[in-house]
Amino acid sequence: MAVTAEPKVDLREPASWRRTKNRIVTALMYFALVLVIVPLGFVLFTVISKGASIISGQFLTAAIPPQVLPGGIGGMGPAVVGTLEITGLATLMAVPLGVLGAVYLNEYGGRNLLARLIGFFSDVMTGVPSIVMGLFIYAIWVVHFGFSGLAGAFALACLMLPVVIRSSDEMLKLVPNALREGSYALGATRARVTLTVVLPTAIGGIVSGALLAVARAAGETAPLLFTILTVTATNTNVFSGANTSLPSQIFSNAILPYSGAQSRAWGAALTLIAIAFILMIVARVITARFTRLGR
Amino acid sequence: MEQQPEQNVTERQRTEPVVQQQERQEDQTAPEARVFETKNVSLWYSAFRAVTDVSLSVHENEITAFIGPSGCGKTTVLRTLNRMNDLVVGARVEGDVWYRGESLYAKDVSAIAVRRRIGMVFQKPNPFPKSIYDNVAYGPRINGIHNRGKLEEIVERSLRQAALWDEVKNRLKASALGLSGGQAQRLCIARTLAVEPDVVLMDEPCSALDPIATAAIEDLMHEIKSRYTIVIVTHNMQQATRVSDRTAFFSVLRDEKSDTRTGVLVEYGRTEQIFQDPQDSRTKAYVTGRMG
Repeated sequence: MAVTAEPKVDLREPASWRRTKNRIVTALMYFALVLVIVPLGFVLFTVISKGASIISGQFLTAAIPPQVLPGGIGGMGPAVVGTLEITGLATLMAVPLGVLGAVYLNEYGGRNLLARLIGFFSDVMTGVPSIVMGLFIYAIWVVHFGFSGLAGAFALACLMLPVVIRSSDEMLKLVPNALREGSYALGATRARVTLTVVLPTAIGGIVSGALLAVARAAGETAPLLFTILTVTATNTNVFSGANTSLPSQIFSNAILPYSGAQSRAWGAALTLIAIAFILMIVARVITARFTRLGR
Repeated sequence: MEQQPEQNVTERQRTEPVVQQQERQEDQTAPEARVFETKNVSLWYSAFRAVTDVSLSVHENEITAFIGPSGCGKTTVLRTLNRMNDLVVGARVEGDVWYRGESLYAKDVSAIAVRRRIGMVFQKPNPFPKSIYDNVAYGPRINGIHNRGKLEEIVERSLRQAALWDEVKNRLKASALGLSGGQAQRLCIARTLAVEPDVVLMDEPCSALDPIATAAIEDLMHEIKSRYTIVIVTHNMQQATRVSDRTAFFSVLRDEKSDTRTGVLVEYGRTEQIFQDPQDSRTKAYVTGRMG
């Protein structure tokens, strides 16, 4: 039954301007992709190639040598300790406050004046330059109580807070109203609805948003300039005395003329990127974990 | 649609007499058998009057169906019965809603307490993103039941009542979001039954379901009728005739002068009467498929 007759309908698309447009736009898309990937890959490649040989267990724990000595790479121990202390403390301050703020905006405030005001000012705060946050904490805290990790944490927390509020707010908005109503219809109170339905549904997104804010804050230099003073000694007491951090050390070492100091800065840079990378992975794992039931 | 305006103009005056006539019939039943009684209830969403002057009564252990075209306010009326409209910003109720002799909208009445007795099943199945077990146990836990054995007993009983037990008994710990639409809706019914409500309000519970799942849910309604009072909103007139004892027909009333529209209760009575001997010509047009 070989049918060789002329096909009744022609389903081929005639050569047209539409096809050409399609090709052009596709090509532009690939070009944009390359444009994004190349600088990113280049940054990563440079930092890894200059820093990989320097990073070691010893580098992460050893003391930072005095900057006047040209030789010896030494380590970044105090800065690793300082960064963990300061960003940890900032996270403890900003994340609970930010999530609670977002819960207020979404679940309690509704469209009242206070909620709209808070939403507006948190958006404004997102645009405040980080160095201004540092100056602000310097003026209201450091001037009275001196430099400390705590002051640095305050500055970072001010920076993180609006980001956490905004990202949590977006996640809470994504929770379908049908779920809230389902819970209310069973006689749940507002607090119950929030704690047992809304937050568990949004928690994956909230956590990853918060960790992104943490990763960003961990890499900030400017807010720490006026708040921790950037010393070279380890200070395990985050609440008093000058402290140090990885981004501050990158800055102060990279501008020195000595090759040892510059290597130290590259090592610190790679350490910082690694910390950010680890946080991203943790965020992904947590998101996947929490959304397992949510799918 | 085009024929509606002139029809409404001629029949507007007739709305009151028909409803009142129905009311007189209802008055003959014993008052304690009435679960809900509404008197001239209007509901406003800010400046928009969604329904106007609804007076009807819902009877114990019966299934009452609300039918009518889209936008006639049947869901709105249903949601005033367990104060779900409280959650809508700008919603305001006028008139009286009595539930077993108590005014639902009295100052000292808690909407939380109301909803614990008057449960609701929604149009779209809305299982929580939790396990099947946790979905059903959610209500009892809210009510302070944390005893494991007791919870397991409630979960099994509720799932059996909702005719879902056999399908899910081996995967109670699995996510409820993996269920099919019909199963998810039956889970939502089980979740509502788990708190042992007095009344179950159903807002088009079968509109997202296929005929087989719909039949399963209708069977289930007949089965649980002896223990609960059910009010169901439905678009499907066959469903109303299949399941309900009484039917309320709502319609949209347009005011040409002010260009506003509002929902009104046109006729309320026994389901057989509404479908076989409608008193209002609009009801007749709707149930015979000529309008709506």
